[in-house]
Amino acid sequence: MNAIGWPNWRRLNQEGIVFAIAILLFAAAALGLPGFLTADNLVAIVRSVSVLGILALGMAVVIIGRGIDLSAVAIMAMSVAWYLQLLNTGTSDGLAFVYVLAGVLAIGLLNGFLVAYADVPAIFVTLATGSFVFGYVRSQLITQDAVPVPGGHWVELLGGVRFLDIPIEVFVFAGLAFLVFLFLRYTKWGRFIYFAGDNPVAARNIGVPVRPMLVLRYVLSALVALIAGLLTAASLHSINTRIVNSTLLYDIVLVAVIGGIGLSGGRGGVRNVLVGAALIGILLNAMTIIDIPLLYQNLIKAAILLGAIIVDGIINPRDEQTAQQGDI
Amino acid sequence: MKLLRTLMAAATALAVTAFAAPSFAADDPGPAAYAKALNGKRVMLVPLAMGFDLAQGWAHYLKKEVEAWGGTFETRDPNWVVDAGAQAITDAIASDTRPNVLIIHAPDLNSYSKLMKKAQAAGTYVMLVDNPANFPADAFVGSDWDKLGQLEAEAAIKGCGENSSKKIGLVQGDQANSSSLYQYAGIMKVLEKHPDFQVVAKPDSNWDATTSRNVTTTMLQQHPDICSIIDFWDGDATGASAAIRDAKLDGKVFLVTTGGGEKAADCDKLEDGTYGAVVMTDLARQSGDMNAIIKFLLQSGQPAGTSHTYIYTLEKATTKADLKPDSCWDLKALQAEAAAK
Repeated sequence: MNAIGWPNWRRLNQEGIVFAIAILLFAAAALGLPGFLTADNLVAIVRSVSVLGILALGMAVVIIGRGIDLSAVAIMAMSVAWYLQLLNTGTSDGLAFVYVLAGVLAIGLLNGFLVAYADVPAIFVTLATGSFVFGYVRSQLITQDAVPVPGGHWVELLGGVRFLDIPIEVFVFAGLAFLVFLFLRYTKWGRFIYFAGDNPVAARNIGVPVRPMLVLRYVLSALVALIAGLLTAASLHSINTRIVNSTLLYDIVLVAVIGGIGLSGGRGGVRNVLVGAALIGILLNAMTIIDIPLLYQNLIKAAILLGAIIVDGIINPRDEQTAQQGDI
Repeated sequence: MKLLRTLMAAATALAVTAFAAPSFAADDPGPAAYAKALNGKRVMLVPLAMGFDLAQGWAHYLKKEVEAWGGTFETRDPNWVVDAGAQAITDAIASDTRPNVLIIHAPDLNSYSKLMKKAQAAGTYVMLVDNPANFPADAFVGSDWDKLGQLEAEAAIKGCGENSSKKIGLVQGDQANSSSLYQYAGIMKVLEKHPDFQVVAKPDSNWDATTSRNVTTTMLQQHPDICSIIDFWDGDATGASAAIRDAKLDGKVFLVTTGGGEKAADCDKLEDGTYGAVVMTDLARQSGDMNAIIKFLLQSGQPAGTSHTYIYTLEKATTKADLKPDSCWDLKALQAEAAAK
């Protein structure tokens, strides 16, 4: 596959392999599982990976620029928890939202600044800010793990919005995917992300504003996390900060990486996220229909990921450039 | 006459003795012994996390009582991380201010067994709360999860009714936590006696509301005629209820769950019909049991690790029909009370 264009079908890459596995699983489930191939179930599959997919879009933009954002889940849960807490204690809606938006932007800026200007590796910066966000909000700003949405608030109403019987988060996921696609493919700054991710030094030498763009990516990722958090709260009528301890963060990275966005940066796009999300969605849905216990679900998920990586490693040996620079 | 005088003198003496008796009552040895055994003792609570209703409720009632008898009450917050809990227990045992009673909310059957043994060896009484573990603690205070599961199943059967599809779905917690395993066993025990009822699916939520929503959505699509769902914890049953709401099956699927009986988490949701029945723990009484056991152990004089008692909290399935103003306790009120001090 060329870096960002259409796939080269003659040469099978990880995205192709994962796509093929997804199609195979889909066909097998459609034939073997009653009730799989119904409109309702297909909507449920897309919906079940919508929030995951939205977070993975933010992660993808960061990874393509050769970074990683491990604070995404903490920002998602804690920003919304704080927002709801403010509402529950009587802060006006507008003011509460301004506070939270400012907080989210501040963390995105902090992430970006530390990575871009202080030259601290992204993996450490975002790990630390994620823990900080969780710890600070949990201990200082909210009183409980689970914060309910006040009755009748727009976040609660948002969860009930349907077009053609399809929940709102599916449309938000589709819309954001399209926007990120346009941004990466047709804007100058979007193209620059690939240059910066592929070779930051060369990108800087040709005049790409590498550092400000790095900051921008982390801010985008933080904003995407806020949207994902609002959608989660909209559906469940509450947000539980326990989600920060869950495997969600790894699932986000999994969706991006399994779809073929290389951790070494400069490769991949929105399509990879969609392929990765499709595989995970079909897999989880089929396993739930068959009633496979969670322990085995995790095992199967991990085995498929390992399989895809191994096959990719065999078909596409690491090139000289990656070998020299190393992954993150 | 002499006899009369003697008799009168004797009567007077008797009366004096009788009236003097209250001065013995003032010397009741109870309070002194109580104070001697309890004063300055340390009690530490290590729950799964301090951020949820049960732990905050326990801490409130324990603190009030322990401080009233002149002890020190502390909590540690492992925030759902098993390792952090282990670290907290290890530190507590090794510190100069080793607690005299350690109250542990075990994350699973085995994780803390060795640490609890160490604590007992150091002379600390170990009390398990809510979640049983494979360890002979000095006392266990909490739910009989098997019985609790039976109550849930009975509520579900009642909620379904005789003329229903008799299909029940379970949303389990996980396959490691004793509360989930025993709850499942209890449910199955009751369903064996009702062979016409069947469990059509039993996915795990991993105690996560989003996962609960996703698996319940799938379950309802596969079996739209399910008459009741039992979700193993009110902490994630919000997800199952969202799935029921999304499938427009409100009022058709009887959702049963269990929780700490907190107002916003349980009673409000019974009131608005989100939950059909909740098997609630009487938290104030459970905390009272813990307080009694603490006071007993500290006065008993017996070494840590020598007594093994099980204090099961009385559980009851509550539905909207039998909701009373005092069915639930109010976390907000407790927090306001604590803030006012």
